[in-house]
Amino acid sequence: MRIQFKTSYDHDIRLFPDRWSLCTYGALVAVMLLLPLGLDEFFLGEVTNVLIWAIAGLGLMLLTGQSGQASLGHAAFLALGCYSNTILIEAGLPFVLAFPLAGILTGLIGVVIAIPAIRLHGIYLAIATIALSILADDIIVLLEPWTGGVSGKFPEPIVIFGLEIERWSQPERFYYLVLGVTVVCTLFYRNLLRAPLGRAFAAVRDSEVSATAMGVHIARTKATAFGLSCMITGWAGALMGYYAGAFNNETFSLVISITLLMMIVIGGLGSIHGAFFGAIVVAFLPQALSMATDLLGSSTAIPGLETGVFGLILILFILFEPMGLYGRWLKIRTWCELFPFARKDMFRRQKSYLKTERLR
Amino acid sequence: MDQLQLLVSGLANGCVYGLIALGFVLIYKATEAVNFAQGDFMMLGAFVALGLTNAEYMALPFWLAVPLSIAVMAALGYLLDLLILRRLFGQSQIAVVILTIALGFVIRFVAGVIWGHEPQTLQSPLAHGDLRLGGVTISLADLSVIVVTVLLTLCLYQFFQRTRLGLAMQAASQNQMAAYVMGIPVKRVQGLIWALSGATAAVAGILFASKGAMDPNAGLLGIKAFAAAVIGGFGSLPGALIGGLIVGVIEPFASRYLAAGYSQIAPYALLLAVLVFRPSGLLSQTRLKKV
Repeated sequence: MRIQFKTSYDHDIRLFPDRWSLCTYGALVAVMLLLPLGLDEFFLGEVTNVLIWAIAGLGLMLLTGQSGQASLGHAAFLALGCYSNTILIEAGLPFVLAFPLAGILTGLIGVVIAIPAIRLHGIYLAIATIALSILADDIIVLLEPWTGGVSGKFPEPIVIFGLEIERWSQPERFYYLVLGVTVVCTLFYRNLLRAPLGRAFAAVRDSEVSATAMGVHIARTKATAFGLSCMITGWAGALMGYYAGAFNNETFSLVISITLLMMIVIGGLGSIHGAFFGAIVVAFLPQALSMATDLLGSSTAIPGLETGVFGLILILFILFEPMGLYGRWLKIRTWCELFPFARKDMFRRQKSYLKTERLR
Repeated sequence: MDQLQLLVSGLANGCVYGLIALGFVLIYKATEAVNFAQGDFMMLGAFVALGLTNAEYMALPFWLAVPLSIAVMAALGYLLDLLILRRLFGQSQIAVVILTIALGFVIRFVAGVIWGHEPQTLQSPLAHGDLRLGGVTISLADLSVIVVTVLLTLCLYQFFQRTRLGLAMQAASQNQMAAYVMGIPVKRVQGLIWALSGATAAVAGILFASKGAMDPNAGLLGIKAFAAAVIGGFGSLPGALIGGLIVGVIEPFASRYLAAGYSQIAPYALLLAVLVFRPSGLLSQTRLKKV
């Protein structure tokens, strides 16, 4: 049983609460750095896929988990990041400039979209973003001179200061690039939570009325959350484009948006770990299912099996573990740390009753 | 005459959207949650009717299969509430949204396993026959869709305005705690509304399947019904119908008069415009929140 003895206020917002967690995360990074030595190309590609999904998950988590706005349209921002990165590189910009710019551009457009969207609450926002996700498909087709329309685009190999990175011929270099972006995004996210802006996000999520009373500017905070979330999502989209090797108007469909939202719910809303846990589930579920159907002896793929099983898993999570995989891990860890003293109801949630804003 | 013909087919399509939107609105009105699986409910209702009626399945007479499938879907709606949604009682709306999206996935998968992924048509007596009214041709299916939708909307509207149960449902949504205190069995009321919404979905499904072929992905039509519900104002039953009609009428006219790429955007563009300029819909029911 570890005891944290806090001696200053800064202790509360340290990046790592104690040495032990610093060592754990340091070890994790070391393992990730050494991973290409021990894995073959296929599994390295899968791990890369997990990391890319995790970045996208971090982006949506910032919006849904931290500031409490559910978006079903983040595939549109993935597409925006992906296309703007490719177009900027084709215009002659080097990758080191084009990649950050693509994310920033996505973030800015996200803010522009957020300004009308933040007036919408909960369900209305979800519906508006669904419409956005559907419109993105048609808009990509309409902007054919830039986007290549239905025939799509093929991203050129990445060149960073003369070092060429191609997803198929140098998977380990691509892996390191993705890992680098993941670490940067995670640190950015973590530091944001320690800053006043992150606190403001949480305040808006928990109660808009009390956040206003504490001097938080609701609209500005929400728009900022939307912009930052879109920025991270845009980077994930650019990496996804490189990972897929080719993309067109149907690559970033509504299903991707929904998968992304479900991923962070399965992982655990409002936690960085949740984005990674969820990404692992999303990335490995198709493989696990195809192995399972092989074992059961059916050679033909059952259409819709993947989404059906995914839906079922999600229903079970919402019913029995609403805090997701991270919540379950937290419970197990707390039980171990407190060993004989853990109580049954430590994680019990408070019931709330619903009130509407409608008058008729 | 041409425009009139477009208008009629648009109205009939719009009524189907309106019927699905009615299902959303019913649940929203009584539980303040949105059932994102309503389109898939509609699809399931159509397939249940199809399974009961068609010659290659159970080959029951159509007029027996209709009440049966409505009853099956109502029971399913009640059971879903009893077994799944009731456990989420008192949690955030977003949890319900995600849960119903997941339910939609599962329903689509189950329907695909049972009835296959090939488009099938319902062998319904409504599917044949045309009426000629002064140069405009209305198929019997289109006419029945319009008539049934208008009647159903009127009945449901009266139900919510006049009956004790309807008022209880509205009270339960406006303030659950207060409704409890006033002696309304909130949980049972919510179960009933899910059953009612399942029945509406079955009606929508039967009418839609009479108009054309069904496949398990037909539930994605629900997204257009969303547009309908939002345009009309979530929470208003006549609003749902009006919104559905607007979306339904815009579609054929847009595909006739706009360039190919732009026509399918029209309903969603309208949806976004309504959300931006009049977020509570045409028939608004919200006012500013008071603390």
